[in-house]
Amino acid sequence: MLRLHVESKSFRTAAGGVLPVLGQIDLTLGRREIVALVGPSGCGKTTLLRITGGLDPAFEGTLAWAAGVMPRIGTVFQEPRLLPWRTVWQNLLLAQRSANLKLASDLLRTLDLSGSRDAYPGTLSLGMARRGAIARAFAIEPDLVLLDEPFVSLDPEAARRGQALLLEAWRARPTAALLVTHDRAEAAALADRILLLGGTPTRVLEEVIVAARARRPAGEIS
Amino acid sequence: MSARLASRFDSEPLIRLAAAAAFLLVWQIGAGLAHSRLLPSFTAVLRAMVLETLSGALPWNLAITLGRVAAAFTISLLLGCALGIAMGRWRRLDLLLDNAVTVLLNLPALVIIVLLYVWFGLNETAAIAAVALNKLPSTTIVLREGTRALDPTLDEMAVSFRMPRWRVLRHVVLPQLVPYIFAAARSGLALIWKIVLVVELLGRSNGVGFQIQIYFQLFDVTMILAYTLAFILVVQLIEWGALQPLELWTTRWRR
Repeated sequence: MLRLHVESKSFRTAAGGVLPVLGQIDLTLGRREIVALVGPSGCGKTTLLRITGGLDPAFEGTLAWAAGVMPRIGTVFQEPRLLPWRTVWQNLLLAQRSANLKLASDLLRTLDLSGSRDAYPGTLSLGMARRGAIARAFAIEPDLVLLDEPFVSLDPEAARRGQALLLEAWRARPTAALLVTHDRAEAAALADRILLLGGTPTRVLEEVIVAARARRPAGEIS
Repeated sequence: MSARLASRFDSEPLIRLAAAAAFLLVWQIGAGLAHSRLLPSFTAVLRAMVLETLSGALPWNLAITLGRVAAAFTISLLLGCALGIAMGRWRRLDLLLDNAVTVLLNLPALVIIVLLYVWFGLNETAAIAAVALNKLPSTTIVLREGTRALDPTLDEMAVSFRMPRWRVLRHVVLPQLVPYIFAAARSGLALIWKIVLVVELLGRSNGVGFQIQIYFQLFDVTMILAYTLAFILVVQLIEWGALQPLELWTTRWRR
């Protein structure tokens, strides 16, 4: 569904210089494929995600979508970025183009947030807020989900739980997904394919295909 | 611990009440000692206020002044918010209008009032416009600063979810501006009270400002203080009855 070719991407520094971040990177994504981008912090993983999401159009290269139009994209940012003055429920509905109450409440149940439906995000733990952000991303019936380190700085237990619930939400409605992480175990647990990024400027060092497992019925990737 | 906390909360209104009572006592005793027409006692002022209320003159003039305050306040707050948000968002508009806002901010209230009366006549429109124009620049500046301080990460979130414009304004932008809007409203109301009276004194034939001018000419300090007292009561009523409940409601998510 996605074919991204980055020739190069650089940032302007405060001193007026040019700082190259990304080198040549090719990225393709199937309709129901989960691809993980793994690399050291600061290597430009998030930048790659922002380019894909259309939030950073200033790069050398091309971004092409299968149908020629940009698909519906649900983004899970590194910080939950829920509106603190709206309840979890309102946050989900506000992201939706047209209200789909059934999907929103199904997602809250899947992500184990039913009890926090009418809570303000400030009263949630970080792990719960992260799950709220995941619910919001899936609530818009996305074709593609972008996840930027969705479980970073959680304790291992909460992170594992989050990963399991994320997969459950994905199984209920499979989409393409691009997952940024620096945790190889997390990448292996969630993704079909892992791109190891590194070098200066950053490029793909290695591509790893994760063997199909029980969690992903065969033939789902296309 | 909880008992101490509870007693502290209970004593809060008592302390406020004690302060007010002490002030009134000092006033009453001072007036008794001075024994002058120029410093009437609190009870004399209260009696004058009640009599003026019963005669209908005070409520009538107070209502007229309140109407002008409400009109000028609404106009200046709506325009100032719109202008401030726009200037905070669009750098070019900010460059274009920045000087004009600064000039207007520093122009003496009296100059604006006199000019508007001269150009548009001694009428209601000119009076309200003069008051609103005096308040407009400070609201604009407060809201511009608030808009510049908006959280860019929430902005990006709204863009990534392709939220419609009005939804972004209502659910993402305005909630962040609430403290700025309240600051502008409070300082605005204070400023408008002051200026409305001057505008009435200079060019209207009714309202509290006009009454105070009459009693000034008669050197009737009792009546001047009676109108002032009524005014203070109304201001407190608006603070307790409208501003504070509204503020509590808009910031309920913080608790």
